[in-house]
Amino acid sequence: MEPRTVTKVLVGNHAVAEAIRLARVQVVAAYPITPQTVIVERIAEMVESGELKAKYIRVESEHSALAAVYGAAAAGARAFTATSSHGLLYMYEMLWWLAQSHLPLVLALVTRAIGPPWNIHTDHQDLLTVRDAPWIIAMAENVQEAFDLTLQGFKISEDKRVLLPFMVGLDGFVLSHTAEPVSMPTQETVDAWLPPREPEPWVLEPGKPFAVGNVGPDEVTMELRWLLWRAVERARTVIREVDREYEKIAGRSYGGLVERYRLSDAKYVVVTMGAWSGDAKEAVDRLRDEGVPVGLLRIRFVRPFPKEEVLEVAAGSRAILVVDRAVSMGNAGVLGIEISSVVRGRIPVKNVIAGLGGTDTGYEDFEDMIRRFVEEYESGRTDKWLEPEWYMPWFKR
Amino acid sequence: MPVPIAKLAQVKRKGVVPGNPACMGCPHTLGLKILGKVLGDRAVLVVPAGCTSIIAGVYPRAGINMPVLHVPFASAGAVASGIAAAYDMIGRDGVVVVWSGDGGAADIGFATLSGAAIRNENILVIVSDNEAYMNTGIQASGTTSWRARTTTTPIYGKTEEKKDLALLMLLHRVPYVATASVGYPTDFAEKLENAAAIRGFRFIHLLSPCPPGWRFDADKTAHVAKLAVETGAWILWEYINGRFRISPMSRPYADPRRRKPIEEYLRLQGRFSHVKPEDVEFIKRRIEENWRLVKELEAFYRG
Repeated sequence: MEPRTVTKVLVGNHAVAEAIRLARVQVVAAYPITPQTVIVERIAEMVESGELKAKYIRVESEHSALAAVYGAAAAGARAFTATSSHGLLYMYEMLWWLAQSHLPLVLALVTRAIGPPWNIHTDHQDLLTVRDAPWIIAMAENVQEAFDLTLQGFKISEDKRVLLPFMVGLDGFVLSHTAEPVSMPTQETVDAWLPPREPEPWVLEPGKPFAVGNVGPDEVTMELRWLLWRAVERARTVIREVDREYEKIAGRSYGGLVERYRLSDAKYVVVTMGAWSGDAKEAVDRLRDEGVPVGLLRIRFVRPFPKEEVLEVAAGSRAILVVDRAVSMGNAGVLGIEISSVVRGRIPVKNVIAGLGGTDTGYEDFEDMIRRFVEEYESGRTDKWLEPEWYMPWFKR
Repeated sequence: MPVPIAKLAQVKRKGVVPGNPACMGCPHTLGLKILGKVLGDRAVLVVPAGCTSIIAGVYPRAGINMPVLHVPFASAGAVASGIAAAYDMIGRDGVVVVWSGDGGAADIGFATLSGAAIRNENILVIVSDNEAYMNTGIQASGTTSWRARTTTTPIYGKTEEKKDLALLMLLHRVPYVATASVGYPTDFAEKLENAAAIRGFRFIHLLSPCPPGWRFDADKTAHVAKLAVETGAWILWEYINGRFRISPMSRPYADPRRRKPIEEYLRLQGRFSHVKPEDVEFIKRRIEENWRLVKELEAFYRG
């Protein structure tokens, strides 16, 4: 059966808001921060105009935004919030509290550099800084995918095998403020696919004495962490299932935790995440035209991390180039570390840090990076790959 | 009308169960007990970090016989807002209660308390004020009394004055604000009933004298709580939708001649053992000033 869809031209932030409307979210709480603000402005408009039957809580901070939707989730409602950069950092405590309470909801993170200096443009430091908390963390490449992931987020998050919060990342301005055609399933289709949230037995109910989060023996903390670990692990299966199911209602699937681009016969693999993957793919195409056997692995999910997918790629190729938009100071780029931890020296991994603070990085830059990566490998100069390369062609050291 | 003590005694439901890990003479358990009797079958408790995080008991057991959601220190007002919003959407009744200490309300949680108040969220916030960070071992808070010794004001006593939370909340123009004391359970019970009957943001500032924190004997909690009122140091009042009223239990002490000497209250508490006569004079002046303000408010908000 042909999926029933509607196509509109939307900026990324409005696409996320449309997904919230279609998901029939019941409680939204948010605090404005550029470049996220437009999402919640649009949702506030939907709530006031009656397009979305929900409560919109105008909280006084991001910490309270996540606290409020946590309360809503703990009381059994479907809830959503959105933020960026400093807002996410201000939520940090609640990110853990919520996730370790095993509750589902969706948070849209419009990625933005962390100051100082003040900088409202994208990099992935905010998203990757929270990777150790038990969240399901996804990152979109384009506006369509930002929409799809937001909608899928509820399905994955509320799945009884998961019951963890879901973070969907989209690059600030590059996606949040850029209009693209977005194909959306109709409300009837979404309603059938994503029924109202079925609250767990531990939601709060008056007259039903029950304690959530009270002090326990130390072993309970460790046992809970293990249970959360298992839930994050189970999410792999659920993510793949939902990706396949979604094809039936929307006509699209992405390949699960990663997207594989020209990988089947690739000897060199570029790993990227987020919107600039489009530029990286352009570079891959150009190099392919020259006969360079390069392909791209795009990370769609940071948590759970696509270990099997990365290993599979490592097995069939010579070397991996990870282009990172976030750094773990004193070690390497965050994705560089993540990929290396899976590859474990099977093949050499080069890590390039680029595009921080929204620094313009186009297909020519990716071409340059990939070319040098291949040359270095072929001339046996991989020993210097222990250190990441800071890609700053304008900068005179 | 204060709820008759006999009526409270008839309620079999226990808000706090025996064997919970509270200190001897803990005022929070007194407050929770009354809360349990009045709203136990309707309340959902949101408890930020504080003494009650411990009183609530050790998993897999529980010390509080009501649904309890433990939440981080600075989040209670917002979490409760979210629960109230969800109940509205789902169509579930209940009284969403924030049960907080002074730190969680007056200091680290003040922004979220203020935010919830100004949005007139449909929640009831009870601040069980023991006038310091007792759970971490008696450090000064925004509501610690002037000159009170704590472990972070160890020699001279606190050099700043007590933050008047209830009046701050009143000026948020919310429908219900009251002060109460664990020494007057019937008055507190009445205020809980009145607050529960109203929709919107409701706030009760409950004075909770803490034996180890204030350094008095554990069998004197109710006595000290009463003395606070009888000396005029703590004034019981209630504001409901535009009408401000000094509560009957405090009414007699509007007349300074009827108040017990403040020295009697201070002397019982080790935390004030170092105060000088001139400090006592200052405290007396401050008490008189507070009374003038409260009387003015009563005159202003005649309803």
